[in-house]
Amino acid sequence: MFQVRIHGRGGQGVVTAAEILSVVAFDEGRQAQAFPSFGSERTGAPVVSYCRIDDREIRTREPVMAPDAVIVQDVTLINQVDLFAGLSPVGFVLINTSRSFEELGLADLYSRFARAHLATCPATDIALEHVGRPLPNAALLGAFAALTGEVSLDAVRTAIRDRFAGRVGERNADAACASFDIITAWREEAARVGAD
Amino acid sequence: MLAQIEGSRAVAETVALCRPEVVCAYPISPQTHIIEAVGVMVKEGRLAPCEFINVESEFAAMSVAIGASATGARAYTATASQGLLYMIEAVYNAAGLGLPIVMTLANRAIGAPINIWNDHSDAMAVRDSGWIQLFAETNQEAADLHVQAFRLAEELSVPVMVCMDGFILTHAFEGVDLLEQSFVDSFLAPYDPRQVLDVDHPVSIGAMVGPEAFEEVRYLAHLRQLEALERIPAIAAEFTAATGRHSGGLIHSYRAEDATTIVVAMGSVLGTIKDAVDIRREAGESIGVVGITSFRPFPSAQVREALGHASQVVVIEKAFSIGHGGILATDVAMALRGSDCVIREVVAGLGGRPITRQSLERLFYRVEQGEVESLLFLDLDVDVVNREVERMRSTRHSGPSAENVLRDLGEPRVGQVS
Repeated sequence: MFQVRIHGRGGQGVVTAAEILSVVAFDEGRQAQAFPSFGSERTGAPVVSYCRIDDREIRTREPVMAPDAVIVQDVTLINQVDLFAGLSPVGFVLINTSRSFEELGLADLYSRFARAHLATCPATDIALEHVGRPLPNAALLGAFAALTGEVSLDAVRTAIRDRFAGRVGERNADAACASFDIITAWREEAARVGAD
Repeated sequence: MLAQIEGSRAVAETVALCRPEVVCAYPISPQTHIIEAVGVMVKEGRLAPCEFINVESEFAAMSVAIGASATGARAYTATASQGLLYMIEAVYNAAGLGLPIVMTLANRAIGAPINIWNDHSDAMAVRDSGWIQLFAETNQEAADLHVQAFRLAEELSVPVMVCMDGFILTHAFEGVDLLEQSFVDSFLAPYDPRQVLDVDHPVSIGAMVGPEAFEEVRYLAHLRQLEALERIPAIAAEFTAATGRHSGGLIHSYRAEDATTIVVAMGSVLGTIKDAVDIRREAGESIGVVGITSFRPFPSAQVREALGHASQVVVIEKAFSIGHGGILATDVAMALRGSDCVIREVVAGLGGRPITRQSLERLFYRVEQGEVESLLFLDLDVDVVNREVERMRSTRHSGPSAENVLRDLGEPRVGQVS
């Protein structure tokens, strides 16, 4: 089972992101379960959502406490919430920011997790550019696909278009594509540097 | 058609397939998404003919459902928690009048202190109202139960409540195989009311009944619930034959046939319990699960048959009778009276506290070691409780306990993972 925990604030599409991710996995023929950490869905309040992906029936209903990936939609949560609690030692971290882990004061993550599993992505900027609104969730799903390989970009784009009708869907799918490319380029660069 | 959708959406789509003619509701979390989705279907004409009636309160919602049902319409509503309590007089009336209303209860705790999260306190508060109460384990079962609920309700002229865990199911996206309209139409005949208010054939419904007949009328309601014990498994079997899905019925057993310890529970927590049971099985324990789908009527004979061979039974429930203990456990104990089976009552998941596999594994291990007392509150923070008890003991004006406990715990934990 692959478990994802998404942190953000109310109004950023945190719950929607988990729901779309579950649809992506479902469309790829897998079993999936998405649900929010309930009750705090007020604009600006910290919100957590979860998505589980598996090839067999998912029966558990507990919150994701040992995630394989953590997506952080709002970087201001870093000092407020224990974002990486329970994260698998081989887990992935994806943070919505234009800054580096060092600049965020998160350099210690490099000693706990594989560098190739730790990525930042300026998803809000990408969303502003493509969608015109600071909603980073679709862009982060594209980055997630590139970082983890757990789902395909095509399925992400399809699920985003299914969720948001018309041009909004197209633009969000474009945002996902743009961040997928950024993370893919970053991974290739890291692999090249590593090989040198 | 298999779809990855929200539980509320799956229920709304299935309710629409049942062709309700009147839907009335007042919004309350976590029921809201169900009613919003049904409302959209009525407005768009996808669900027709159907009148969606916005009402000013839950009391009005159930009252409108009663009126609609009494005039021969298939009536549906949904609520939760305080909303259910606000309509409780009408809830009893619907059952007392024998009106086959179907209601989804998105199970949620009852205040005070106010709490919007899941437990089963609301369902337990109307346990004795005369409604049939069916509990769903998954969103698939929640959806499927609604078709069976309308069929059962109308066959017996008894209202049916489909209970699904608020947020945990209502707000969860998972794969649900939605039924076809043609199947639902064949499974659920048009509503043929046993009694109907009709100006051309005037009757009186709801007359005053004095001591000379009240007990008989109540006993007749009991007889209908006993009849439901026959009809619930029969309807579920028919459903299974057509769909291949084991939704509904009285109880569901999992690895219980040869188990010496059997866990009993209701609703979505059964999934997490099964995962924990599988792990304890691998560790060599003889443990299984029995899920109660029909809480009212309570299937005492089936429960006794399913549990009778066990040496101990662990009843895990998301509600309790304050000053007494387990509610479901009491019913299980009654079903097992005369047997040597030891019953452990475990209260868990109150007000939305997650019931984790790890806590369950530890519980089952401790049960096996004989370390669990007869009534246990899972993951109770005893230190916090003791500190408040001490405050109350030492200071007369100690203030409100809920706020004291929150202050004791420190910063609000909203958004915290556990």
